[in-house]
Amino acid sequence: MSQNGSRPLIAVEDLVVRYPVARGLGGALARRPKRFVHAVEGVSFTVKRGELVALVGESGCGKTTTAQAVLRLVEPVSGRIEFDGGDITTLQTRALRPLRRRMQLIYQDPYESLDPRLSVRAAVEEPLLIHGLGGSKAERREHVREALARVELNPPELFLERYPHELSGGQRQRVAIAASIVLGPDLLVADEPVSMLDVSVRAGILNLLDRLREAGLGILMITHDLSTAARFADRIAVMYLGRIVEEGPAQSVIRDPQHPYTKALLSVVPRRDPRERSKREILSGEAPDAVRIPSGCRFHPRCPMAIPDCKQIDPALEPAGDHQAACIRV
Amino acid sequence: MSSLLEVEGLNVWFDLEGERELHAVQGVGFALEPGERLGLVGESGCGKTTTVLGLLGLLPPSASVAGSVLLNGVDILAGGEESIRPHRWVDLAIVFQGAMNALNPVKTVGSQIVEVLELHERARGREARTRTSELLESVGIPADRAERFPHEFSGGMRQRAAIAMALACNPSVLIADEPTTALDVMVQAQILELLDSLCRDFGLALLLVTHDLPVVAELCDRAAVMYAGEIVEHGPVDALYHEPRHPYTRLLFAATPDLYGEGVPASIPGAPPRLDRPLVGCPFHTRCDRAFGRCTHERPLLRELEGSRSAACHLNDVVAEVV
Repeated sequence: MSQNGSRPLIAVEDLVVRYPVARGLGGALARRPKRFVHAVEGVSFTVKRGELVALVGESGCGKTTTAQAVLRLVEPVSGRIEFDGGDITTLQTRALRPLRRRMQLIYQDPYESLDPRLSVRAAVEEPLLIHGLGGSKAERREHVREALARVELNPPELFLERYPHELSGGQRQRVAIAASIVLGPDLLVADEPVSMLDVSVRAGILNLLDRLREAGLGILMITHDLSTAARFADRIAVMYLGRIVEEGPAQSVIRDPQHPYTKALLSVVPRRDPRERSKREILSGEAPDAVRIPSGCRFHPRCPMAIPDCKQIDPALEPAGDHQAACIRV
Repeated sequence: MSSLLEVEGLNVWFDLEGERELHAVQGVGFALEPGERLGLVGESGCGKTTTVLGLLGLLPPSASVAGSVLLNGVDILAGGEESIRPHRWVDLAIVFQGAMNALNPVKTVGSQIVEVLELHERARGREARTRTSELLESVGIPADRAERFPHEFSGGMRQRAAIAMALACNPSVLIADEPTTALDVMVQAQILELLDSLCRDFGLALLLVTHDLPVVAELCDRAAVMYAGEIVEHGPVDALYHEPRHPYTRLLFAATPDLYGEGVPASIPGAPPRLDRPLVGCPFHTRCDRAFGRCTHERPLLRELEGSRSAACHLNDVVAEVV
């Protein structure tokens, strides 16, 4: 296969992930039908090298499950996941192992993701040891130093022997990122990477991810924060109840939203400038749970634009404006 | 004429091991009028939550509190628990971030509100149940949900129920500590709208404690920005955004991403000072991009400026524009 530069790093096609709902012994004996949480129902997207794609949506929309499926941490029911041109949907643990090095996950909470008993040096070195990489001890030491320098913990010597409790939240997240990039991955999956951090340090972490992206990494960021996605993503995919309802270049989705859900969501994002106080379009209620998905368009019960057809027709993503949306009204 | 609520010179110290103390709140003061919405903003550890727990007398015994809390001109802090208790929940009610913590998981939502009404001798029996229905309806919960348990409610509904419970005794001040932080943006908007209408329709005064500047910009008239245990700037939210008079306020806004904002948010380097040792100079000087000689050794005081605002920054003595 040629090293085609435009080939996506990750290509997800029609991904479906469901979790069974526990029926309990009584339910099983009564032969009540098995029910499922329809976490992800036919999601497709790509992430290229040097691109940051944000999956945005409210809790329960399936964005985290999508990311876990990309990393093969949960098993899809159907669909296809390609990594760097190869189908990884059904790869077994052994075959996945060399790929794990190339796709790394950054967690939300750096207070939990770092082992409190490991020094910074040990935490960043650990992935190299697990994967049997990094060469001699001296070479590994150099890799660790480089990784710390890349996450701007400078000079690295100042941090090598420190422990997580001696670091600020922002510094901890930088150490967690260093431990992810020390293996030289191609893809970073960042699940709400700054939501636990103070505002004054968030921008530093996001700018760091931006520089890693510039250096050629593909980044899939899961976030509920549209303002962050607007500033840092190249593309935004808006999810609702297991579906991508709108997808496109970040600025296009933010400035020219097509789907009524995206429009409502954007209208309620609080702004920094009190003079820009939004004319809010508040949807009533909350998204229904993903066990009982509404018929037709899954957004129709809350949609201000719904017409009778919306109860019947399950819309697919189609061109709308200069990107795509899944709505028969656009 | 005295304000509805006036906090003056509030100080809180926590005892630490080995005769050490942490000076968590350092001379905080603000006033609140009926129907007014004041934001108390700052990052973790700045003392904003300790301030409200202190003024409500809800801090653990390891804390010492000094200062005055005047409710309609009468100091309710002076007489300790004895003098605060009659006013807590009755005049000053509080809603916390995790609404689950405020609600008892093994009792129905309705019975918990009835309990509050009976405890404070507002109503009993049938009358209490009717009042509970009214309270639930007033926060947008259908009255028939009173028989449900907290776990049967979504996060947004639980927060509404916690607000209904806080309103049980018709308080004049509602203190909301990060009321929307754990909620999704659409549910957050619903709760902010509810708080907005409670202030508008019933003249409730709101003290909104949060780290989230845009939420304050959306809902509040005025805001006090806290840093290292003290208020560093206080004024109308519009002025804080458009003409900040403390560099921390300006940098905090600049660090906050905005949906349509131009430019890239910038972080503020460094970290806040430790509060278990005496502060020398301005607490922000090590992180400030405008610090000069005087900032390293002389602590700036919160000083009144034009436009009913105040700031604690030496730059205001030099030229206003350079902040």
